[in-house]
Amino acid sequence: MNRLAPSAATRWVIGILVGLFFAVPLVSTFLYTLRDVDGGLTLDHWLALFDPAASAAIRPIWTGLGNSLILAVVTVAIVLLLLAPTMILVNLRFGRLRPAFEFAVLLPISIPAIVLVVGLAPIYLQIGRSLGTGTWTLAFAYGITVLPFAYRSIQASIDAADLRTLSEAARSLGATWPTVVLKVLAPNLRQGLLAASLISIAVVLGEFTIASLLNRQVFQTAMLVVQKQDPYAPAIFTLLALAFVFVLLLLIGRVARGNRKARP
Amino acid sequence: MTTLLDTGAVAPASAPASPAGSARVARTRRSGASWAWFGLIPFTAYIVLFLAVPTLLAIGSGFFTEDGSFTWSNVAALGDPVVLTTFANSAGLSLLTAVVGAVVGALVCYVLLGLDPAGTIRQAVDAAAGVLAQFGGVMLAFAFIAMIGIRGVLTVFLKDAFGIDIYANGTWLYELPGLIMPYIYFQIPLMVITFMPALAALKPQWAEANLTLGGTRLSFWLRIGLPVLAPSFLASLLLLFANAFSSYATAAALASQGSQIVPLQIRTSLTSETVLGRENLAGALALGMIVVVGVVMALYSLIQRRAARWQS
Repeated sequence: MNRLAPSAATRWVIGILVGLFFAVPLVSTFLYTLRDVDGGLTLDHWLALFDPAASAAIRPIWTGLGNSLILAVVTVAIVLLLLAPTMILVNLRFGRLRPAFEFAVLLPISIPAIVLVVGLAPIYLQIGRSLGTGTWTLAFAYGITVLPFAYRSIQASIDAADLRTLSEAARSLGATWPTVVLKVLAPNLRQGLLAASLISIAVVLGEFTIASLLNRQVFQTAMLVVQKQDPYAPAIFTLLALAFVFVLLLLIGRVARGNRKARP
Repeated sequence: MTTLLDTGAVAPASAPASPAGSARVARTRRSGASWAWFGLIPFTAYIVLFLAVPTLLAIGSGFFTEDGSFTWSNVAALGDPVVLTTFANSAGLSLLTAVVGAVVGALVCYVLLGLDPAGTIRQAVDAAAGVLAQFGGVMLAFAFIAMIGIRGVLTVFLKDAFGIDIYANGTWLYELPGLIMPYIYFQIPLMVITFMPALAALKPQWAEANLTLGGTRLSFWLRIGLPVLAPSFLASLLLLFANAFSSYATAAALASQGSQIVPLQIRTSLTSETVLGRENLAGALALGMIVVVGVVMALYSLIQRRAARWQS
């Protein structure tokens, strides 16, 4: 028990006050979704999600959700197939470049998305001409947005694993570089890669700024559009999405903790 | 590429042979390294195309007109009273929510200090803080509309049960004052995330030393705890400020028209043809924003480096 910790009374008082502040909006949202026309309680709005006739107004949200999931997959691909191998390369071969690399990767934290999107607009104009105006091309911008989060997760794994010894041992046993990366290094980085992927999914599902200003339909922008006509569906999806990402982050925490547990 | 067998096994006898050995090693390393540079190209191209170029375009476009000639008029527009008010609004909102978020967040961290780091409450709070701090955005706006919107649950309840009409003086939720509570809602979790490591790094040994030297709990915090934590607190405060200043989603969802803060002003200048009679105001606004956020983040990393000394 930490000697610096406050007394139980202090803990309870602060905990209840802050807990109320955070619980009331969420509980209110839940009650809001159960509201009937004349003030009673009803499950109509929740059931309308599955009713094909009533869900015509909600269809943009399903489309947006589908687009967001595709974007999540492509973003995770960028993280796993572009960022991770580059990080392995930098850590193994270009140790002196690490500070510069870290600076570049953490730069998106300092550059607000709203500023980035001002400069992305002309680039996406060109992309629209070459790769088409499909929503999936947004993943390139999303890859930049998730860089700091993914970098931290993977770097933590790299620091915990001894890449140099592993790769040298594998090479001296005759493995080619692809085999080394795929069969020796990646399994040892599994926790970091998993955490990075889950974080990327969460970030992509919650992204609004870039999609909205580049006029693409994703989960968040769709909810905003539908909100004008049907305020209940976005509220329901808000609760579901927050719960989903909460579970996702719990998983990430569990995965990170498993990293430090001793294996017999 | 050298192997363990090369370096390890022949170390004792390698003194006379090492110049030749290291030359061989250097030769293989050099030819291997030149090939490896190609491996950096994909990622570098990606960063250049989607991070460096957009940032430069965003900042630079403020200096050019639609037809490409250099001009100072867009940047000069930053001195326009409307734009200055917008920046002041943004700064004020960010400062207020950063201070409230920092103080309350620090208190929450203090409470969490007494809990088992691997226990369920800490895990749940960490995950919840992550969700609300980073991924809330638009969804927080919906939650607040559901709570205190014109037909929100709390609004109706207050009106029916106590006769209080919170919108008697206008619907403030969809204007600048309405942003304060949602912003605090994600500032506090961000503070918890960034400040907890600093608080957890306070060594209990210091508290014990303080006690054995005759100090009280109060004197510990006044003389040891707060001075040590001050740099981290300040750094987190700066981070919260930058975070609020850059936020767009919540404001965009609440204020569908209007541009009281800088990100919304950028939205207006991107979606309409001319704002204040200038076409590339978005670039100038982006430049202004980057200057503010850049200064704040530079201060942050400076102070954070100083604060990290206590966290080793």
